Amino acid sequence: MTPFGLLDWSDLVFAGFLRDPSVNEAVASAAGAFAVLGAVAALVVLTVKGWWRPLWSGWLTSLDHKRIGIMYVVLGLVMFARAIAEASVMRAQQMAALGEPGFLSAEHFGQLFTTHGTIMIFFVAMPLLTGIINFVMPLQIGARDVTFPLVNAVSLALTAAGAALLMVSLVVGRFSTGGWSGYPPFTGAAFSPGEGVDYWIWAVTLSSLGSTLTGMNFAVTIYKERCPGMHLFRMPLFTWTALCTSILMIFAMAPLTVATLMLALDRYAGFHFFTAGSGGDMMNYANLFWLFGHPEVYILILPAFGVWSEVFSTFSGKTLYGYTSLVIATMCIAVLSFTVWLHHFFTMGQAASINAVFGVATMLIGVPTGVKVYDWLLTMVRGRIRFRVPLILGCYFLATFVIGGLTGVLLANPTVDYGTHNSLFLVAHFHNMLIPGLLFGMFAAIHFWFPKAFGFRLHEGLGVLSAFLWMGGFLCAFMPLYALGLMGGMRRMAQLPEGPFGPLLAVALLGALMIAAGFAVFVLQLWWSVRHRDRLAVPHGDPWDGRTLEWALPAPPPEWNFAVLPEVDRRDPFDAAKLAGIAYALPDRYEDIEMPANSAVAPALGAAAFAVAFGLVWHIWWLVAFGLAAALAAIVARSFVTETTRTIPAAHVRQVTEGWRSIARVATPCPRRAEATGANRGRARPQQ
Amino acid sequence: MSDVTATRHPGLNLNHTDRETHDRAESVMFGFWVFMMSDLVLFAVLFATYAAQSVHGIAGGPAPAEIFELKSTLWQTLVLLTSSFTMGLAALALKYRDDRRRLVLWLLVTAALGGTFLYLEGADWLRMARDHGAVPQVSGFLSIFYALTGTHFLHVSAAMVWIGVMLVQIGRFGLKPEVKLRVMRLAILWHLLDVVWIGIFTFVFLFGVVQ
Repeated sequence: MTPFGLLDWSDLVFAGFLRDPSVNEAVASAAGAFAVLGAVAALVVLTVKGWWRPLWSGWLTSLDHKRIGIMYVVLGLVMFARAIAEASVMRAQQMAALGEPGFLSAEHFGQLFTTHGTIMIFFVAMPLLTGIINFVMPLQIGARDVTFPLVNAVSLALTAAGAALLMVSLVVGRFSTGGWSGYPPFTGAAFSPGEGVDYWIWAVTLSSLGSTLTGMNFAVTIYKERCPGMHLFRMPLFTWTALCTSILMIFAMAPLTVATLMLALDRYAGFHFFTAGSGGDMMNYANLFWLFGHPEVYILILPAFGVWSEVFSTFSGKTLYGYTSLVIATMCIAVLSFTVWLHHFFTMGQAASINAVFGVATMLIGVPTGVKVYDWLLTMVRGRIRFRVPLILGCYFLATFVIGGLTGVLLANPTVDYGTHNSLFLVAHFHNMLIPGLLFGMFAAIHFWFPKAFGFRLHEGLGVLSAFLWMGGFLCAFMPLYALGLMGGMRRMAQLPEGPFGPLLAVALLGALMIAAGFAVFVLQLWWSVRHRDRLAVPHGDPWDGRTLEWALPAPPPEWNFAVLPEVDRRDPFDAAKLAGIAYALPDRYEDIEMPANSAVAPALGAAAFAVAFGLVWHIWWLVAFGLAAALAAIVARSFVTETTRTIPAAHVRQVTEGWRSIARVATPCPRRAEATGANRGRARPQQ
Repeated sequence: MSDVTATRHPGLNLNHTDRETHDRAESVMFGFWVFMMSDLVLFAVLFATYAAQSVHGIAGGPAPAEIFELKSTLWQTLVLLTSSFTMGLAALALKYRDDRRRLVLWLLVTAALGGTFLYLEGADWLRMARDHGAVPQVSGFLSIFYALTGTHFLHVSAAMVWIGVMLVQIGRFGLKPEVKLRVMRLAILWHLLDVVWIGIFTFVFLFGVVQ
């Protein structure tokens, strides 16, 4: 064996094309080339612009929760681009494969749906929601940072290492074909030898370790770092959903870690957890995976519910309707999420009575979710509604999410599920929940809080255009799948039968392309807005007439967030302060502020984790040992560092705060009808 | 972030003897308890898997009653329980005495007992492998048996490394608040591993022999 384990030149994706110059291999090579070119282009830009130093000292080693949050979102968006491209290629293949083989091999198609699912869950949805909670939650509770800033950076580094592993798999070797849920025995060593499943195992394991740490960090932050007066029932609803999601992460990620590590032991060391024969128990994998997997669904959707709550309230100019019921509903969903995992495998041989129990539990989740929908609707009733991009997406979410929820109640019936299991009907259902619910929620959040993070709004017109492309694209891409599923179309098929499937598949392909176009417009919108940021600037920090504490800060907020920790005595404190005319008051006195100092430990751990994972995939044992030793050394060395904070002098805090407040106080307040124009500089005229 | 009233956290509190450290304890200790909770979920999942595979995963290989030997396991249990007691004495030394020597002494005794436990458990594994060919590759039952006890073994080993680092830090930094808080968290982990072991002793070894 060479020093590089199983790795060989022939594992390069380009070698595959040289061996067999088919369209199938050309697509794989093009994807690999795209990844390589993207990486090279990023390196060139960083070097030419001289951005290495600011990237290192301002971002990669930063422990500022806001910057870590932004890095999470960037990671999610980059991976989203890949996942959309994969979805479009899959639909194109199915379109081309009506009655003929199409241009992709079944094995290549298997890799595509596996990476698409894995990326969308672990490297798009999770980074987006983690990033947004990271940025927003400490601001909403009046804190200066999360409780464990270094752990926060380590979580990001582990997640990024997992994402890097997925990107490397485009160029070196093949990925798993076992789907995002990776069921054995198919993913065991007997049926899936080679590196593919190992890539999947380690990418997912790194991500789940990162999420476990994130969950603990957020939960402790929300319990322990709230500013004076911020009782639990005064927290903004987004923070409530962040709390529930964090609790779910703490409890639900461990089963996934155990399941993937057991699968790894089966594959690497010949254990018999999930093998066929020798006392292996494949059903145990299904149970463990979905014991994680179902709470995961709510880890994903709850923060989006939080975003929607903020959006409906802010853009209706009204306090949230039914706050307490929304909190209780959120908690109910969090608890119930642990009682329904079995509905993912109704057809796998339990007694009918067990299926019935889990079916009923599943339907129950519709109740608190329905409460939420009514609360959001009633928030808008008699509000002064402004159709900014987040609210446009929000209204669409209300309509489509209900459809998805109803199909979910259908699927919750085990007898119905026997007919629809693993069909395109199911694919339509969960995309119907996750795209309008989660993904649009995340994009609404990006539009909503972008001005807070960077000090300028995103271009409104382009935002509306991308929103409509997404909304239309979603309908075209997934509504036909309901019909196709009922017609007998199964999921994960490289080739569907000829006949009546063609027209509906064509619509679905069109929808996928529209979603891709919507993302392109979104990127264009980012680019255009950065170029014209002076025109869109909102330095006073309150572009949407916000209600919660984060809007009381400059945009972007200073590193320390609050010059003096605020005291609150009610919900929506900033809205109340504006109405009372006491917003933007200057603090009486300033104090030195201690903030976490930069640390290279997180990037070091991320690099070590990547080395370990890559070494494990290719059996490069010295690299594994080296990575583990480096990680241990980094952790121990860090515990000997005595200067982990740096002090920001009161005089500097005073200068920055008063510099901003003196301008913000005299700024002309912008009426809501001019919200989307250049007149909006971030000082809102209060609406009585 | 301390208020005037001292808030207390689960476990050993320093509010009467070292107010400065106590004021910094609340969120880190709470965070560590949460971390332990997540770790317990991990063990719970392993126990659940054991419950299933120790019954229907034997697959013609040795059954629990054939390979377990209570004598060795009982010694492991006694050694580990004693180490928990000495870790408690270390924590009391940390709380009530300013004398580092006593703390270091009890930590060393704890580490020695921990090392003995690891040795006894390792020897027990070797005996099973040698006398009964009971290696994890034989059956689903043995896979999860080694995974469950091995995960506990790895935790104790990691805690031993932690004790070593703490001994160095006590020597180098003295009893700074950071060092005290680390020892307090180490103690929580150590006791928790004891609790997990009691679960293993009961559900794996005692039940296994009874069957």
